[in-house]
Amino acid sequence: MQSHAALEYDYSLAKKFTFLTILFGFLAMLVGTIIAAQLAFPELNYLLGEYGTFSRLRPIHTNTAVFGFTVSGIFATWFYLGQRVLKVSIAESKFLMIIGNIQFWLYFIGALLATVSLLFGVSSSKEYAQYEWPFDLVVVVVWVLWGLNMMGLIGIRREKALYISVWYFLACFLGIAMLYLFNNMALPTFLMTEGLGNPLHSVSMYAGTNDALVQWWYGHNAVAFGFTVPIVGMIYYFLPKESGQAIYSYKLSLLSFWGLMFVYLWAGSHHLLWSTVPDWMQTMGSAFSIVLILPSWGSAINMLLTMKGEWNQLTENPLIKFMVLASTFYMLSTIEGPIQAIRSVNAIAHFTDWIPGHVHDGVLGWVVFMIMAAIFHMAPRMFKREIYSRKLMETQFWLQTTAVVLYFTSMWIAGITQGMMWRAVDEYGNLMYSFIDTVSVLHPYYTIRALSGVMYLIGFIMFAYNIYKTMTSGRVLTEEPQFKTPMA
Amino acid sequence: MFHWLEKNPFFFAAAISIVISFAGLIEIVPNFSKAGRPLVDMTPRTVLELAGKNVYMKDNCMACHSQMIRPFKSETDRYGDYSLSGEYAYDRPFLWGSKRTGPDLHRIGNYRTTDWHEAHMLNPPKIVPESIMPAYDHQFENEADIETAYAEAVTVKNAFHTPYGDEFKRTRAAWDAHRPKVLADAKIIAADMKDERVKKAISEGKVPEIVALIAYLNSLK
Repeated sequence: MQSHAALEYDYSLAKKFTFLTILFGFLAMLVGTIIAAQLAFPELNYLLGEYGTFSRLRPIHTNTAVFGFTVSGIFATWFYLGQRVLKVSIAESKFLMIIGNIQFWLYFIGALLATVSLLFGVSSSKEYAQYEWPFDLVVVVVWVLWGLNMMGLIGIRREKALYISVWYFLACFLGIAMLYLFNNMALPTFLMTEGLGNPLHSVSMYAGTNDALVQWWYGHNAVAFGFTVPIVGMIYYFLPKESGQAIYSYKLSLLSFWGLMFVYLWAGSHHLLWSTVPDWMQTMGSAFSIVLILPSWGSAINMLLTMKGEWNQLTENPLIKFMVLASTFYMLSTIEGPIQAIRSVNAIAHFTDWIPGHVHDGVLGWVVFMIMAAIFHMAPRMFKREIYSRKLMETQFWLQTTAVVLYFTSMWIAGITQGMMWRAVDEYGNLMYSFIDTVSVLHPYYTIRALSGVMYLIGFIMFAYNIYKTMTSGRVLTEEPQFKTPMA
Repeated sequence: MFHWLEKNPFFFAAAISIVISFAGLIEIVPNFSKAGRPLVDMTPRTVLELAGKNVYMKDNCMACHSQMIRPFKSETDRYGDYSLSGEYAYDRPFLWGSKRTGPDLHRIGNYRTTDWHEAHMLNPPKIVPESIMPAYDHQFENEADIETAYAEAVTVKNAFHTPYGDEFKRTRAAWDAHRPKVLADAKIIAADMKDERVKKAISEGKVPEIVALIAYLNSLK
């Protein structure tokens, strides 16, 4: 890794997508906190009339987190690190700059319209794929533009060997493209008739059990190629850059990458255990979920070992803390998932709050932490200013870490409690609890979860404020910082 | 070997594409036609029920309710017979859900009635004390989109051979001819309801969302 880049890189696109990451991150977490509070205090369902119920808001929370926050974060980091690892400035090609900007505006406007459409209940109902067909088309165009940009930049690169991060971003592009296309196949009813009914409505190309299989092949692997693959790509770049340490093992990177590519997609059917999907598919899903621990932990261990002999940095640099904690939560989440994919465990865990608990220790602890760390690392280099406040960053770190721990512990307890109560029988073999008993018992856990949401949201606002102050009043830097990010 | 690959983006991308395709091809494709078969003598949903299914989707009921009874005694005791693949053969999309904040609904038509749903949707905690489900009062005000439901029936008939009758055609004239049948179905449901807004809408030839939704819920057996 070279200390002083001879090249001047163009960060205009990275900056734009960074702003969107913060905007959509705030929105997703705000709505998430509201719906968490609604489960504890149902009166909160009536704040916005028809548009404010838990059921209408939940897809806005999930889709804004996935397609708003995370995808913006992927674009922002790509437009930053893509140039640097390929040793080429995007400004060297006018064409790439133009399609990059088209991609930005189309994505921004499309995402806002799609969010409004969900508020109005325009939904194809498949989880994390609720957008109706016109919005799906926008997503496809945005994605293709990004792919073109990536291929274009690779095409004019100076560094011939593709760095590990590029493998992951490339896989992210290809994987999401395949999954999104197949899962969203639908026929618009307006076009299939003489213009009858609502033009936005469509009907899925698959029915029943098949639709479920395609959906969870998608749903599980949208997590794979949105929440795992590009985030691993980020940490492979930002951790060595921030710590000044070389990646611990090339062979481990290789094994983890190709292992993840092959194994991840098989595990989708673990979302359908005990359903009407054929048994052998369910068993495949379970088995491959267990195997998935290997490549997942491979990457995480590779990251932790990269810090070997340099653990003092953990106390000296809060950004290292963010990234090490992110890797640790990644390990927790990728051992928890396979445990839930074991049939007997799944019989209790499925349909309960343990599942959102699992999702959130992964997303809040791993994805959001890593993206925030990336933005903290990029900000001084993009804006040529020192980070505004280290103290604020430290406070944010502990506040959000506590929030994540409260979130998943309360949901573990809630999920296992409810799962056990559903199946509890008395001495005569009759069910012991009516359904509502298993709901009212959850109130304290729902309250704790809502509180953790508030804490995490406050932490994110501190992050946004810190970045804003960095841009506007951080100390101006005369030359680009090497390794450790400068902070006041 | 890998260093060579890492310098060739085209082959690298091709390799990724091949490696990630296996799972879908092996897990989803072989069973596709078999998993699509309906139960013997199963009829597809009426237009009113389809409109109700679309209300179910619009208000996103599956955020909290499943439609998948697993083969455990604790589930069959609570909800009825466990679910069979063929029962879902006409469901586009599938509405199994992934979270049970409220109970499963796959056979709710067996043990809940129109008037129960009406009272419950207006004020859930009144019927089930301590319920955290919100009221869905707007379903009594909004009109159900029965024309879109008809378009959906025609679409699945033409594209997937779902057995709807010959009278289901792509034209507006065919829809105009079918419309009175939907209204008649709606009247039967509304006859068991008390809400004045519903009675007024039905008398004006309109179908409130709640009527379509209840028709759909009653069909879940």
